Amino acid sequence: MRNPQLNANGELIHLLSTEGLPREALTRILDIASSFLEVSDRDVKKVPVLRGKSVFNLFFENSTRTRTTFEIAAKRLSADVINLDVARSSTAKGETLLDTVDNLVAMHADMFVVRHSSSGAPYLIVDHLHRTGRSDVHVVNAGDGRHAHPTQGLLDMYTIRHYKKDFSNLTVAIVGDILHSRVARSDIHALNALGVGQVRAVGPQTLLPTAIEKMGVRVCNDLQEGLRDCDVVIMLRLQNERMNGALLPSAREYFKGYGLTPKTLALAKPDAIVMHPGPMNRGVEIDSEVADGPQAVILPQVTFGIAVRMAVMSILAGN
Amino acid sequence: MRDELNSEVSSTDIHIRNGRLIDPKNGLDSSADLFIVNGRIAAIGKAPESFSAMRTIDASGRIVCPGLVDLSTRLGSLETELAAAIAGGVTAVACPPDTKPPLDEPGLVERLIRRSEALGLARVFPIGALTQQLAGEKLAEMTSLSKAGCIAFSQAQHPIFDTQVLLRAMQYAATFDYAIRLQPQDHYLARDGVAHDGEVASRLGLAGIPVCAETVAISTALHLARATGVRLHLARLSSAAGVALVRAAKLNGLKVSCDIDIHHLHLSDVDIGYFDSHARFDPPLRSGSDRDALRAAAAEGLAVLCSDHTPVDEDGKQLPFAEALPGATGLELLLPLTLKWAEQEKLPLLTALARITCDPAAILGIDSGSLSVGSPADLCIFDPVEPWRVTPAALRSQGKNTPFMGYEMAGRVHLTLVGGRVVFEC
Repeated sequence: MRNPQLNANGELIHLLSTEGLPREALTRILDIASSFLEVSDRDVKKVPVLRGKSVFNLFFENSTRTRTTFEIAAKRLSADVINLDVARSSTAKGETLLDTVDNLVAMHADMFVVRHSSSGAPYLIVDHLHRTGRSDVHVVNAGDGRHAHPTQGLLDMYTIRHYKKDFSNLTVAIVGDILHSRVARSDIHALNALGVGQVRAVGPQTLLPTAIEKMGVRVCNDLQEGLRDCDVVIMLRLQNERMNGALLPSAREYFKGYGLTPKTLALAKPDAIVMHPGPMNRGVEIDSEVADGPQAVILPQVTFGIAVRMAVMSILAGN
Repeated sequence: MRDELNSEVSSTDIHIRNGRLIDPKNGLDSSADLFIVNGRIAAIGKAPESFSAMRTIDASGRIVCPGLVDLSTRLGSLETELAAAIAGGVTAVACPPDTKPPLDEPGLVERLIRRSEALGLARVFPIGALTQQLAGEKLAEMTSLSKAGCIAFSQAQHPIFDTQVLLRAMQYAATFDYAIRLQPQDHYLARDGVAHDGEVASRLGLAGIPVCAETVAISTALHLARATGVRLHLARLSSAAGVALVRAAKLNGLKVSCDIDIHHLHLSDVDIGYFDSHARFDPPLRSGSDRDALRAAAAEGLAVLCSDHTPVDEDGKQLPFAEALPGATGLELLLPLTLKWAEQEKLPLLTALARITCDPAAILGIDSGSLSVGSPADLCIFDPVEPWRVTPAALRSQGKNTPFMGYEMAGRVHLTLVGGRVVFEC
């Protein structure tokens, strides 16, 4: 079974997941992102890489923040960007996901940026494009259910490389609701492909997926154990609806057990960096003192995110 | 006696010669001629006295076996699905009650039987709803439904939340010796789940259905069956642990039977690949070791096999994995997939074919699934090695949904007889 994000020559034509991407492919994306970072510092923040191309932001699940970062990235590459709030329009009228895709292909879309609440939805789109002979239309997964959020994973890698240079001896702790997190899955695959020393999945059993250790992580149910001597701490957002119920007794108890505070962060290496995919729940998974503290690199993550998304779009368009 | 219906009418005295007869019920596997008189098997080997064949069928190089009996067939359109059945060598199908509306009224059952008999294809044996509207609250009129032709009662995939209702349903069924079928899956443990709770689902970010959803439900059902003495059949086992529970219960003397969807003998959760909705099943495809345990259970005769035929149209599958409808078209693949399993496990055909002929017939309590002299001539004549490719056009079922689309299968049905009438020929 061929990885559907690669063409017959093994080139990346869609970005669906960080899983299965070799180290060289990941490194190439990060290197190109590095060259685009400078574009954002210019007075004229544009390069003509995607001039004349149409990028459709297809968000079946609302996310203004992620959509905006893709929009900025595409515009800095000179693409025409069309935002479709499909959550509220066509599908609400009963049109199926693939009907929507067919219509947009007929409008000469060159690239889809897809966010969907159901794991695997972008794979369905890619399969459909392939079967209808339109594999020239590229798809970027901007988050599908719990499965993957590859550009977030890549921007996390960019951030880690920026601050730590080399992956080989790093210990990275991913803390929180890994069960529902597409970011965690994308990070784990990318970190392992880049040859990181150790990845730890930290959280109570209710928030860890079954057999997560098979993905190449060390499971730590205890936060102290999970943070001890690590170089990178990636905190995950805990959704409101999951705070009180059968997964967790309360946000207060969660913060006591798994919240990142100056005290618990002190267990990590003194130069450890703190990351978060945003938006943060201050006082639930992370203390404001840490979120605003010197070790936090949460805002640089956002800046790097634009460059990484530019890199991904330019690579796909070139293949 | 429904079995005799049609068989007396328009039947021909037939001589089937040179075939390899395989009759698991009677332990027969030999080359011999078979003679049909008045829709029933009249003799094997030597022609009965004063026999005069109106038709002679040459079965050289082919296997003549009892027509297949399928424990679970969702019909959708009667015409196309019963045509698919006979094309797959299936001569008797039991249909679950989760039709629209559900089979909880005698009138609906009678109509289904009447319509299927008018078609004169495969025999249809309805399974009645155990509770009204399958809602799991009030008992259905089992006695009336039984009189109308229901051969067992079930909830299909609908849960009974209240365990006391389940106990009462079993007590009531046991009073009249009605058989009950349950698909064991704890509703709460399986809630929102779409795939086996394991490495694959975790990696793909699909909500998991843990094995304990099955074992908890099996345990409950076994305890209640012991308490009530009901005849219990557990449908669609999916896990090694589930099979082990049933094996232990049988060793302890409980009369319980079970079946496995043929797809679960060949596939595991790994076959979901990149979110292939054709690998979405209910219960889910589980791990490779579960699959191996299911294969062993079928080989030893602990479980029988069924197609769990579920035609789903393209719209129902062209959706993200979790939103797609579960199930696969199965009637036309039951025989080739059974043969494939037998070949891989090096099982004698006598053993393998038992799981889709006499064993399910015994569970249904119907006079079919054997080549015994005197039984209705429900037969399947097939070439065990002739290859055919699974394509939408090759399938007569309206459902083209199968994970085996495009595969080459060995085992082609050439002739199907129901009550001595040739209903399919190719």
